[in-house]
Amino acid sequence: MRKWNYPDILKRVSLLAAVAFVLSGCTGSSLLDPKGPVGAEQKYLIMTSFFLMMIVVIPVIVMTLLFAWRYNYIKNAKYSPNWSHSNKIEVVVWAVPLAIILLLSILTWRSTHALDPHRVPESDREPIVIQVMAMDWKWLFIYPEQGIASVNELAFPVDTPVEFRVTSNSVMNSFFIPQLGSQIYAMAGMENTVHLLATEEGTYPGMSANYSGHGFSGMHFKALATSDEGFQQWVDSVRQAPETLQQDSFNELAKPSRDNPVEYFSAVTPGLYTDIVNSYITSSDSSHHGAEE
Amino acid sequence: MFGKLTIEAVPYHEPIVMVVLGVAALMGLAVVAAITYFKKWGYLWKEWITSVDHKRLGVMYILVAIVMLIRGFSDAIMMRSQQAIASGGAEGYLPPEHYDQIFTAHGVIMIFFMAMPFMVGLMNIAVPLQIGARDVAFPFLNSLSFWLTMAGVILVNVSLGVGEFAATGWLAYPPLSDIQYSPGVGVDYWIWSLQISGIGTLLTGVNFFVTILKMRAPGMTLMKMPMFTWTALCTNVLIIAAFPILTVTIALLTLDRYIGTHFFTNDMGGNQMMYVNLIWAWGHPEVYILVLPAFGIFAEVVATYCKKRLFGYTSMVYATVAITVLSFVVWLHHFFTMGAGANVNSFFGIATMIIAIPTGVKIFNWLFTMYEGRVQFTVPMAWTLGFLITFTIGGMTGVLLAVPGADYVLHNSLFLIAHFHNVIIGGVVFGYLAGFTYWFPKVFGFKLNEKLGKASAWCWIVGFFTAFMPLYALGFMGMTRRLNSYDNPDWHFPLIVAAIGAVIIACGIACQLLQLVVSIKDRHKNVDETGDPWGGRTLEWSIPSPAPFYNFAHTPVVEERDAFWHMKENGVSEQKPAEYQDIHMPKNTSAGFFIGMIASVFGFALIWHIWWLAIVAGVGIFVTMVLRTFNDDIDYYVPAAEVERIESQRYQKLSNQA
Repeated sequence: MRKWNYPDILKRVSLLAAVAFVLSGCTGSSLLDPKGPVGAEQKYLIMTSFFLMMIVVIPVIVMTLLFAWRYNYIKNAKYSPNWSHSNKIEVVVWAVPLAIILLLSILTWRSTHALDPHRVPESDREPIVIQVMAMDWKWLFIYPEQGIASVNELAFPVDTPVEFRVTSNSVMNSFFIPQLGSQIYAMAGMENTVHLLATEEGTYPGMSANYSGHGFSGMHFKALATSDEGFQQWVDSVRQAPETLQQDSFNELAKPSRDNPVEYFSAVTPGLYTDIVNSYITSSDSSHHGAEE
Repeated sequence: MFGKLTIEAVPYHEPIVMVVLGVAALMGLAVVAAITYFKKWGYLWKEWITSVDHKRLGVMYILVAIVMLIRGFSDAIMMRSQQAIASGGAEGYLPPEHYDQIFTAHGVIMIFFMAMPFMVGLMNIAVPLQIGARDVAFPFLNSLSFWLTMAGVILVNVSLGVGEFAATGWLAYPPLSDIQYSPGVGVDYWIWSLQISGIGTLLTGVNFFVTILKMRAPGMTLMKMPMFTWTALCTNVLIIAAFPILTVTIALLTLDRYIGTHFFTNDMGGNQMMYVNLIWAWGHPEVYILVLPAFGIFAEVVATYCKKRLFGYTSMVYATVAITVLSFVVWLHHFFTMGAGANVNSFFGIATMIIAIPTGVKIFNWLFTMYEGRVQFTVPMAWTLGFLITFTIGGMTGVLLAVPGADYVLHNSLFLIAHFHNVIIGGVVFGYLAGFTYWFPKVFGFKLNEKLGKASAWCWIVGFFTAFMPLYALGFMGMTRRLNSYDNPDWHFPLIVAAIGAVIIACGIACQLLQLVVSIKDRHKNVDETGDPWGGRTLEWSIPSPAPFYNFAHTPVVEERDAFWHMKENGVSEQKPAEYQDIHMPKNTSAGFFIGMIASVFGFALIWHIWWLAIVAGVGIFVTMVLRTFNDDIDYYVPAAEVERIESQRYQKLSNQA
């Protein structure tokens, strides 16, 4: 992924604003404290757009206060009751917002393509795949390569792109780890993809960002960004778990539960994830697909 | 016999609900007792309930809006206090089952039953007067619209005491709102209250569209219309184009829930993404349906209280029309995170940003109307200044959210909540309250108390910033919306600040209500003798206050923009006409009231699957319609002598003043 070069000064100003923000009480897991390239670019994108728009916002606020004060009724300032048109002013008030939106549009086009969740972040290492399933009301993470699964906790090595394949076994949810960047909707019968990458080890909170029913508030998880050894240890510890995940235990897990504790499954029936996704597609639909193929 | 309805539907085991119901019942009883004691039932029936007078209907709309504002705001206070308490493992006092209904009800009530009736009420009061008309194009339809809206209001309020309300979020996304995940009656209350009131709104749209196009006073070309009428025209175009989408979307959801179709379900080929697209294809224009009339009000207010022509009228008209058109091509920005490709997301992001250009132009036009004007710091002007600052910030955060890359992390966060409250409170609510104060004397004949009005504006502005700036910060801290409890201790402090802000807004609402009480008490001190209390510019100020039921004794002839200002400049505004003519007026009718009330029974029967009652009510609506259609006795003439008697009172007053 291409890194854009923001002018240095802009970076410094945005950092200053970020510092001011943190000082004003916003510590902890913040979008302004990203731990991966996606989140970092989003932070700069927000800051750049913010400062561009200040070009209009600040004059408007100043003019509002200034005009209200200057042309107060009691002041007897210059009064032009019938003056209601000026080509010069009209040109400026159309052109300035137009110019800013033009700049923002270019920024939008480029950043939307750069931050496309389907795009794999640049890295020397092969991405690892984690299948994510929103359930009532917990998150199931299946590691197809490792053949393991976990609930409400996931781990991945730092500096390795992670390809999250996101679906739902219930209603719509949104898979979101704020400090790593982009969220994506989880919908039954569909597989959405988001690529993220952590550059720093740590435990980052994750959650559903789309309301999904009464157990929604408890639908959060921990994302562990670890070293390669740490990830191997985590995988090994999951492999020690007595439970395994097949259709039966999946059906048991699928029953609604709130504030579900972390669970590990040492083995997963291959193809379980795909079976669940396909189970929401009707038989008439699949025969239709057959005809096409 | 009673379908799904049993005694268990009444939440008698929930103390909070029962106390609310008890208080509401007591207040209702007090009102009924007062009306009976003062023998006002006949007056109420003849002058209000069966009225087709657009001004009376406007007053009733706004009354409903104020009542529902209080109801919706109570929900807000409950949410803010719950989130201020339920930190770090604490559960707070509202379990999710209750809390989820509250945030759903808050959104539904504030948009559909507070903002919409308030907007339609102001339009009812001002539009016919601004264009020099005697009433709207279809007075009976206007009454029907109101009572259909009322049916929706009744259903939403009944859900408090009988059954439950939806716990799905205000737009009831399936599959959560499907029968599988929401088997209760909550979503059905949502469906039928919106469906019935939505039809009322659609009728209003048609009615005002025709009124503005066909009933303008001679000489009032489109480019001579007052700015508020222009924005009302655009809003009604949007209503006509957008509300059918809502009707159909809800109808499809109804079929999914009632007869087992699969338009939006998870399985059998249903597609939830289709619902999300459809509901926002209505939902985004809806935002502009609400805010355009507010823009119109600010335009009238700024020009009036700065004693100056509106700067850049033509620009403003084109900006409004541009917003109207663009509002239909941006709906996808409500779900950038659904997984669309980068080209699609970029298109909708950029389309959204383009709306900022005409909106920015409007802001500058208001500012340059103040420039070299004579700014009078009245209550509507206080709202306008508060709006200019607040709304600009809200617009900025809106453009920020329109950048898909930024939205990927800000979507569904409290940043989003802060943004849309920023534009809806800072734009819509401030605008409507400015309009309320501005046109109040025209309807009631006396002005509202200035001090309390300003106190209210200050409380709202300060309260808004205290309540919602922390929410912006919380969005950056990764807090999502609709959380019942949370375990992140960093979120606690900002949420306490936000709760304090909500209390300050409560003071603003209290000041507003107190203002009404005090102003009614002091009404003889603040009488508007002339009909032109503010030195107005448009036609509504050319007639007496309160406006006579026929509005204009003579249809005015318009030569310029700011028609009344022009008449005053030429010294023809107070000329007594040589003679009067009979005035053709619509007769009152109870049909609208009956159809509305039967429609609420119809909705209630369908919610509880009481099929026989639904059939009876359906037939009742049909029969009332037929009876109304075959009733030819719908109009009458006010004799010229009567008009002369009423009008000469005013000229008497005017000459007394002089």
